[in-house]
Amino acid sequence: MKEMICIVCPRGCHLKVNDNNEVSGNFCPRGAKYAIEEITCPKRYITSTVRTINLKENLVPVKTSQSVDKKIIFQVMEEIKKAVVDKPIKIGDVIIKNVLNSGADVIATKNVG
Amino acid sequence: MIEKDLVILGGGAAGLSAAIEAHNLGIKDILLLEKNNYLGGILNQCIHNGFGLHEFKEELTGPEFMSRLAQKVVELNIPYRLESNILSLTKDKIVTYSNDSEGVVQIKAKSVIVTCGSLERGAGAINLAGDRPVGIYTAGEAQLLLNSFGYLVGKKVFILGSGDIGLIMARRMSLEGAKVVGVAEINPYSAGLNRNIVQCLNDFDIPLYLSTTVKKCIGKHRLEKIVLAKVDNCFNIIEGSEFEVDIDCLLLSVGLLPNVALLNNLGLNFSSSKGPLVNQDYETECDGVFVSGNGLHIHDLVDYVALESREAARGVKKYLDNKLLNKGHKIIVKPGKGILYAVPNYIFIDEADDQITFKFRVNKPYKDIDILFKIGDTVIRKIHKNAIIPSEMEVIKIEKNKFVDCFDELTIEIKE
Amino acid sequence: MFDIIVIGAGVIGSLIARKLSSYKCNVLVLDKENDVGNGTSMANSAIVHSGYDPVPGTNKAKFNVLGNKMFPKMCEQLDVSLGKIGSLTIAVNDEQISTLKELAQRAKINGVEVKLLTKEEVIAIEPNITSEVKGALLAPSAMIVNPFTLTLHALENAVDNGVNVCFNEMVKDIKYVDNHFEIQTEKNIYQSRFIINCAGVYADQIHALIEDIDYEINPRKGQYFLLDHFKPGFVRHVLFPLPSEKGKGVLVSPTTSGNYIVGPSSEFTSSKDDVSTDAETLKSVRQQASNLVKNIPFNQTIRVFAGLRPTPSTHDFIIDFAKTNKQFINVSGIESPGLASSPAIAEYVVDNLLQSVFTLVKKDDYNPIVRKRINPKTLSIDERNALIKENNAYGKIICNCEKVTLGELLDELNRSVPPRTIKSIKKRLRMGFGKCQGGFCHPNLIKLLASYYHVDMQDILYDGENTNICCFKK
Repeated sequence: MKEMICIVCPRGCHLKVNDNNEVSGNFCPRGAKYAIEEITCPKRYITSTVRTINLKENLVPVKTSQSVDKKIIFQVMEEIKKAVVDKPIKIGDVIIKNVLNSGADVIATKNVG
Repeated sequence: MIEKDLVILGGGAAGLSAAIEAHNLGIKDILLLEKNNYLGGILNQCIHNGFGLHEFKEELTGPEFMSRLAQKVVELNIPYRLESNILSLTKDKIVTYSNDSEGVVQIKAKSVIVTCGSLERGAGAINLAGDRPVGIYTAGEAQLLLNSFGYLVGKKVFILGSGDIGLIMARRMSLEGAKVVGVAEINPYSAGLNRNIVQCLNDFDIPLYLSTTVKKCIGKHRLEKIVLAKVDNCFNIIEGSEFEVDIDCLLLSVGLLPNVALLNNLGLNFSSSKGPLVNQDYETECDGVFVSGNGLHIHDLVDYVALESREAARGVKKYLDNKLLNKGHKIIVKPGKGILYAVPNYIFIDEADDQITFKFRVNKPYKDIDILFKIGDTVIRKIHKNAIIPSEMEVIKIEKNKFVDCFDELTIEIKE
Repeated sequence: MFDIIVIGAGVIGSLIARKLSSYKCNVLVLDKENDVGNGTSMANSAIVHSGYDPVPGTNKAKFNVLGNKMFPKMCEQLDVSLGKIGSLTIAVNDEQISTLKELAQRAKINGVEVKLLTKEEVIAIEPNITSEVKGALLAPSAMIVNPFTLTLHALENAVDNGVNVCFNEMVKDIKYVDNHFEIQTEKNIYQSRFIINCAGVYADQIHALIEDIDYEINPRKGQYFLLDHFKPGFVRHVLFPLPSEKGKGVLVSPTTSGNYIVGPSSEFTSSKDDVSTDAETLKSVRQQASNLVKNIPFNQTIRVFAGLRPTPSTHDFIIDFAKTNKQFINVSGIESPGLASSPAIAEYVVDNLLQSVFTLVKKDDYNPIVRKRINPKTLSIDERNALIKENNAYGKIICNCEKVTLGELLDELNRSVPPRTIKSIKKRLRMGFGKCQGGFCHPNLIKLLASYYHVDMQDILYDGENTNICCFKK
């Protein structure tokens, strides 16, 4: 039996996973998925900012398009630090494609002209 | 003097949501005023995700959430002015603002929604003792400097207060290469959401010290260290429990207060939420002046700020249609045992919608309790909760027909 | 070679410099800090005492009463707002009532007008006074002033009349050679015929550089609460408890900006730069203030702070030549009522002491009036719009809490004692003095200053060295 707090949404359900990988305490199905993932391969979304050149704002906020393996978040941060945006960008535009082969893209979360 | 049906003071999540709803309800003569040179307010610096699950049924970052609202305001051609700072609001709803293109402008508004958000409690508010070196920031200021300007305010950080902004900043600064040494919370429980303890502290092995506070800050020019100490149940420092931590930066995440600066000239009474008293439609004691969002009471989720502000816009519609006269039977809502504050503070039941929304917070964590809505000794609604914590705002709707009997006072309380 | 070097740009040094600037002489003001009034002159009770309580015959009594009378004209010339609100010394038992009567006698000897008030009279003019009140001594000539603004405007006026100022110059050594002084700072050597030592808590150390001294200046700390301008008229006078050996006690007073100040404590500290606060002392200040005024809303506190009084072991102001050298004048130990005494001290030091050994000739073109600052908040809307039409920077608000405009900032940056740091702007314009304590406005202010001075945001300091707010650029 493993206990954890669900981080999928602000509700923060107290989840329990038994030895047969059955999840209880979850309010929604996403909680069950999270619990199993947290036991097998914990993943996190990463949000940060990327530097810009010649744009109205110095920084553009970004996020990973899907959660990435918790073990590589600092490596992903290094990639994000290296990136530069030099032309106007829109929400959802990809800044780093398939970052570190994680399957996730780093995408803009704000329109910056 | 220019006249407007509705003037909205503040272009953050609350103001934008109110503007969109008002427009949709047929109020077209609107002006929204925003002090910054962008819309969206504080959401612009909240680059983390966790917003929008209720409003948009998906998880968004702050800038994404704000962009959706701002885009809608632009699409609907709702008039707004940026870089316009509100100088005053009077009882007869004259709004005075200033900017560098129009100068000082006065508008006579038929109705006003004040959506000025909140302020962070700072070092002064908690009488932080010791030296006063540079290196002590509110979590929000550190967030603004990092996410909007690109500057990290320290490399070895301690956080006082376990409010959500502090926890979010613990993760954010860790990701940017700072060492977050720990978080201290004066209460015996965390002030932040559980998920933030997990993903912001536990993920980065950041210890949370409960019943602990900063006794003293030390450093001549720049912060060098802090003295932490355990506190007893009455928050008195326990002598001998002191320990020192070397740091270059202390972030304060010790709570938010509604920004009520613009309400000071209206002669209003204030609630234990530190916001003004309002009726069931978020109208203050000043006729036609409505308040919603964090300017009324501190919300846990921006989604609820948006929802409440739409409700306030509906209140404005009622007011402009002369259907909100504050007449008829008045029920006072009293926060009883275990309840920190409740919104609304009073209800004109004859003018209320079919369903009345109550929002409140508890004063400490409870397990296995009942929340009672009582009129005298009669319980009109009982809700059981397995667990309830102060960091979460409770929202409960009650049908208007429950209030048919004649009474003047409704108490919300906790029964253990 | 300067004629006169003034060490210390506090209120005393600045007013002396201003007085000197009315004469034909070559003057330099040195200060170890990066701005005017960065020590005692910035952190005190901000009261111009009436002068009823110093022991008759002392320097304190003499200069306080004289200085108090000089304030209205000086403040008008220097564009400094002065609150003529009077003070009430509150008695809470019969024994204190008889002490009040003794104090009234002392006031008479000092030449200060006072009036004994009954309990009812006090309650009528101070509704929030403690219910224990038995009576009070009203001193109508007590006033409130912003001591920093006074110091700044005095020095600015001095500079506009030809005085030189160098900041960040800590005096390390002074040598007397060939009838003049060589003053060595960390960076430079300055030469001067005369020195006027106005170094506040450090005045004994400066004096000791030229001769043996038999007194010391002990820093005595005062801790304060500054409350927001939550309600006009919460208290209307400067309210004192009865004075004791430790000083005037914890007072409650409005400030010229509509805030309320509560304090100070009084404790000797070993370090001359220890302006830390501690919870226990603050608690005691709170307690003492509550004995004076009921229901003080301490939840409206915007900051707590401490200042140091330069307390002389001689118990009175030291205003005289050095024992062995008439080219060196000490103006030290200027603790309370130093602010009230400051204009009279400046006049005495220049016109009596210095003139007795050095002939000064009046300047024909001396202008005692400082160029007025525009405060948009005091203007009507039409006046304000006329101003904005002329200069639209006065339409742009850069501090939401205190409604400071860009126009006011640019004006300060273009004056003769311009602010270089965030703290120096805060002291001049109250940016970051409001409820947000700078959380909202400081980042934008740093950006503005960085672009004004063509530097990176990292290079903008809060106060002294190593105090940049933006630490590490991403």
